[in-house]
Amino acid sequence: MIKTDQVLDAKGLACPMPIVKTKKTITNMEPGQVLEVQATDKGSTADLKAWTERVGHQYLGTVEESGTLHHYVRKTTDSEEKQETTYEVVVNNDELQRKLESSEDLTVVDVREEAEYSFNHIPGAISIPMGELDNRLDELGKDDEIYVICRTGTRSDLAAQKLADRGFNKVTNVVPGMSDWNGPTEKSIG
Amino acid sequence: MMAIREMDAKEVTRKVMNKKELFILDVRNEDAFSDWKIEGENLTHLNVPYFDLLDGLDEIKDQLPSDKEILVVCAKEGSSIMVAEMLSDEGYEAAYLKGGMKAWSEHLEPVKVGDLADGGEMYQFVRIGKGCLSYMVVSNGEAAIIDATRMTDVFIDFADSLGVQIKHVFDTHLHADHISGGRMIAEKTGAVYWLPPKDAEEVQFSYEPLVDGNDVKIGNTTINIHPLYSPGHTIGSTSFVVDEKYLLSGDILFVDSIGRPDLAGLAEDWVGDLRETLYERYKELSDELMVLPAHFMIIDELNDDGSVGEKLGVLFAENHGLNIENEAEFRSLVTDNLPPQPNAYQEIRKTNMGKITPDEEEQREMEIGPNRCAVR
Repeated sequence: MIKTDQVLDAKGLACPMPIVKTKKTITNMEPGQVLEVQATDKGSTADLKAWTERVGHQYLGTVEESGTLHHYVRKTTDSEEKQETTYEVVVNNDELQRKLESSEDLTVVDVREEAEYSFNHIPGAISIPMGELDNRLDELGKDDEIYVICRTGTRSDLAAQKLADRGFNKVTNVVPGMSDWNGPTEKSIG
Repeated sequence: MMAIREMDAKEVTRKVMNKKELFILDVRNEDAFSDWKIEGENLTHLNVPYFDLLDGLDEIKDQLPSDKEILVVCAKEGSSIMVAEMLSDEGYEAAYLKGGMKAWSEHLEPVKVGDLADGGEMYQFVRIGKGCLSYMVVSNGEAAIIDATRMTDVFIDFADSLGVQIKHVFDTHLHADHISGGRMIAEKTGAVYWLPPKDAEEVQFSYEPLVDGNDVKIGNTTINIHPLYSPGHTIGSTSFVVDEKYLLSGDILFVDSIGRPDLAGLAEDWVGDLRETLYERYKELSDELMVLPAHFMIIDELNDDGSVGEKLGVLFAENHGLNIENEAEFRSLVTDNLPPQPNAYQEIRKTNMGKITPDEEEQREMEIGPNRCAVR
């Protein structure tokens, strides 16, 4: 099971209802939260992809399980799209990719939501969603080479600041992040 | 508020065949629309996905006609009913396509092509949404069906309405773009099901092998169906000459194009067969034969009565695919730059061989989209 903030049951509903209900549900959710839409209408996948692209939400992916489609959508925040960062130690995607290819000893921390990570992440990256970071600091070493990544560089900017404040010495933010990642990726869903 | 009207696929077909004007608001998403839509000479299309209209119609009002009916179309009909109701609330005259593009894909329009010498008749079933053409030869209380689509009831009901008994069912080849109804019709009616044996090596059911010289009589003794081995689209492809008047060319020769040899995976091997069939075997036939193919590609190929067909002599003069002197150039036409292969064509071939038995909903999904059996 992929962890989400809310689940919408649209099983048995025909087009247009899965999208109509998704729109209603997501309006009342907080930016950054992830919605799981359960549907049986086969056309819902293509429509949900096209609709989220149109309105600016983030379609994460779909898992089919015994006839039910589980779609994952993340409500996007405005600030993410601006891609403003304040933490000063940054590398771009290419540089991180090069470091990974030359097998440097480094830790990639992916601070996106678990659902985002599940559908697409860098092999070996650790998933610590932004909201869980405070409670999971002991999973990281103070002198590890830590590269923090998210989708556009905004959440990872906040995470990098937080880690540096808590005494982690070698923290770098990766920009722009997964939205533009050309290196190898993998999924962690069945 | 005006009531919204339900328009069925038959009414839309009539409008297309009669070249009537019609404004269509297609509310499927843009990929689906660009892949496949209702085609017609005097149709006007506007494609706006229904999910862009959930907050109202304001953004498209300047593109909608206020003085004529708007037909709203979607995949199945749910979204088109919602949008048609919104249009109606705003004072527009709105209708929706009953059953959506699913019904459009499955509609068959029977058109009489002509009379046979001894009192029989030739009918063509135009599957207008997908471009498939099937045939029924009728004579003296008996019928033969060629290249039937999976909407088998349409054929059986039509034969009933004419008071004729279906005796023989043929497929010109193992189809890759649509699911054949031939075997099912034969099972339901007790008719004989014929297939070219070279296309049927892997089929999982019994059939009557269709080979040259195996003439079949329908009704009056004078109406013979001569199979004519004509490989190229598939290795077994067989044409029929009916009543010395009609050439049923399968997927070998179309009105404005020729068959593609790659759907069974052997383009390079079969291009020579295709050329020989078109440039030698067909050349020996009478120019006066009316060519009746198993497909049309574009709506312009429809004649004024809605049928599709043209004399062989005219095609030898005008069809580009029959007029390529240079063999290398011909080879390049039919093996390079081929159009995309039809949706799910490998699963469709397996279904037609009886290797898999998808349910009706799965069969629909497999057939979604246009047929793509030709090269121009």
